[in-house]
Amino acid sequence: MQKRRPISRRGRGRPFRVPSVWLSRHLQVALASLGRLVRRPFPSAMTVAVIGIALALPGGLYVLTKNLEALSGSWDQSAAISLFLRSDVTGEQATALAGRLREHADLEEVRLISPEDALEELRGQSGFAEAVDQLEENPLPMVLALRPTGDMVAPEALDRLREELTELPEADFARLDTQWVRRFQAIVNLAQRGALLLGAVLALAVLLVVGNTIRLEIENRRSEIEIMELVGATPAFIRRPFLYTGAWYGLLGGITAWLLVSLALLLLQGPVSNLAALYETKFPLAGLGPGALLSMLGASLLLGLLGSWLSVGRHLATTEPR
Amino acid sequence: MIRFEHVTKRYPESGDAVSDLSFELGRGEMAFLTGHSGAGKSTLLKLIGLLERPTRGQVMVNGRNLGHLPKRKIPYHRREVGMIFQDHRLLTDRSVLDNVALPLVAMGLGHKEIGRRVRAALDQVGLLRKEKACPITLSGGEQQRVGIARAVVARPPLVLADEPTGNLDPELSREIMGLFERFNQVGVTLLIASHDLALIAALPYRTFTLSEGRLVRDVSAW
Repeated sequence: MQKRRPISRRGRGRPFRVPSVWLSRHLQVALASLGRLVRRPFPSAMTVAVIGIALALPGGLYVLTKNLEALSGSWDQSAAISLFLRSDVTGEQATALAGRLREHADLEEVRLISPEDALEELRGQSGFAEAVDQLEENPLPMVLALRPTGDMVAPEALDRLREELTELPEADFARLDTQWVRRFQAIVNLAQRGALLLGAVLALAVLLVVGNTIRLEIENRRSEIEIMELVGATPAFIRRPFLYTGAWYGLLGGITAWLLVSLALLLLQGPVSNLAALYETKFPLAGLGPGALLSMLGASLLLGLLGSWLSVGRHLATTEPR
Repeated sequence: MIRFEHVTKRYPESGDAVSDLSFELGRGEMAFLTGHSGAGKSTLLKLIGLLERPTRGQVMVNGRNLGHLPKRKIPYHRREVGMIFQDHRLLTDRSVLDNVALPLVAMGLGHKEIGRRVRAALDQVGLLRKEKACPITLSGGEQQRVGIARAVVARPPLVLADEPTGNLDPELSREIMGLFERFNQVGVTLLIASHDLALIAALPYRTFTLSEGRLVRDVSAW
C-alpha cells in the first residue's frame, strides 16, 4: 500500500500551519457565530432571555440568602447568655461570682444586673412604668449578662457553656439568647439548599433550551453541513460553529441573568433601606460580587457549551456515510 | 488511480445498485461512465468518494484501500477527491468566492492563501468577475462552473463528476467538457458520469457502460 501523499501533486506540499492561524480560525468562527446570532436578533434574544430568566432565579435566591447570612452574621456577634441567679443569692455572692466568671476563658464580658437596675430598665420601657409602680416588692432575680468570646460561635460550644453555667451552685437557670438566631440560620440554610436544587433543575432547563436551539440550527444548515462533509471538513470543524453558538447563548444568558438580578436589587434597595431605618440601622443590599458573577458567567457559558455539545453529538452523527 | 475488485453495493430497500464490479482507471486518465438512470453510476461515484461503503469487495483509490480507512480519515480522503454534482450543491446564502473557498476553509488554510487559490480556480473556469455574486443570480452553466471551481480549488488528483451537464444545452455542455479536458492535460484523473451519449461519442475517451449494476462495456479511447 502506498503512503499518503500530500493533497497536491503539483509541487505544493501541505500548508505550513502555525498556532496563530489556528487561533485566528477559532476567533473567526467565534465571531461568525456571534454574527449569526446578531443577524437574527429576535429569535436569538428570545433564547437568551429564556436562559437569562432561568439563571436569574437561582442567582437571585443566592443573593437573597447571602444577604440573610450577612444579617444573621451581625446578630451572631451579640450572642449572649443570661444567667439567672437563685433568689437566695446575696449581692456579695453575686459580685464574687461575677469576678470568678471574668476569669473564665470562654467569656469576654460579664455584667451584673441587680434587680433594682432591671426594674429601672423595665420602667423605662414605654407602657411598663405604671405596672412596675404597682409592684409591692421587686420580683426580679439577680442576673449576670454574659458575652462569650468571639470564637465561641458554634452552637454546640455555646450549649456546653450554658450547661456548665447552669451547674453553678448560685445559678437558677441560664438562657442562651441565640436560639432564634440558630433557627433563622437553619431557615437560611434551607433557602441555600433550595437555591442549589433550583439551580440544578434550571441548569438542566438551560441545557435543554440550548440543545433544542442548536438542533434547529443544525436542521436549518443541513445542506451546508452536507457540503462541508463532501469537501473534506473534519467532524470537529463542522461542530465548531455550533459549539461557539451554544457558548455565546450561555454567556449572553448569564449576562442577562446578572442584569435581571442587579435590576431586582436596585428596585429592592429603597424598601429595604426604609425597613432598616425603622430599626435604626443601615442595611446595604449586597450584590452578586465579582467572584459569584464570574462563576455565574462561567457556569452559564459551560452550560451553553455542554447543551450544544450534547445536541451536536446527537444530531450531527446522522450525516455520516453509511 | 481507481481500482474496483468484485465490488457489490446492496441497499436493503432496492437490492444491488452495483454488483460484482471490477475495473481499473489509471493515473492521469479521463473516462466516462454511462448507462441508464438507475444503472449504478451515482453509486459507483459515491463508493469512490466514501459517501457509501461497499457491501462486498474492495475499492482502492490513489493506492489506498478504502475498506481499511478509519472513519476519522474520511475527511482527508475526500480532500483528494473533487466532486461535482448535477444540482451543483452550492450554498445560496454565500457568495461565489465563499462557495469555492469551502474546501480550503475546511483544510484550515490562511486567509491570503485561500483568496489567491480561489481566484486562480475561478479564473480557470472563467468566472473571475463573478466572485462577489450570489450563486442564484448566475445561469445554470455558470453555477456548474462554480461547482467545478470548488471541486478543483484544493487541487485534488482525482475529480468525479455526476451528470455535470445534465441540465445544460449542448454548447454549454461542450464548454464544460473542454474545462475537464484542460484539467486532464495537467495530470488530473477524471471520471465523469453522463447519459449524454452524443456528447461522449464526440470525445476520444475511455467509456464504461453500466447496466443494472454491472459493467457491460469498457471501450477504450479510439
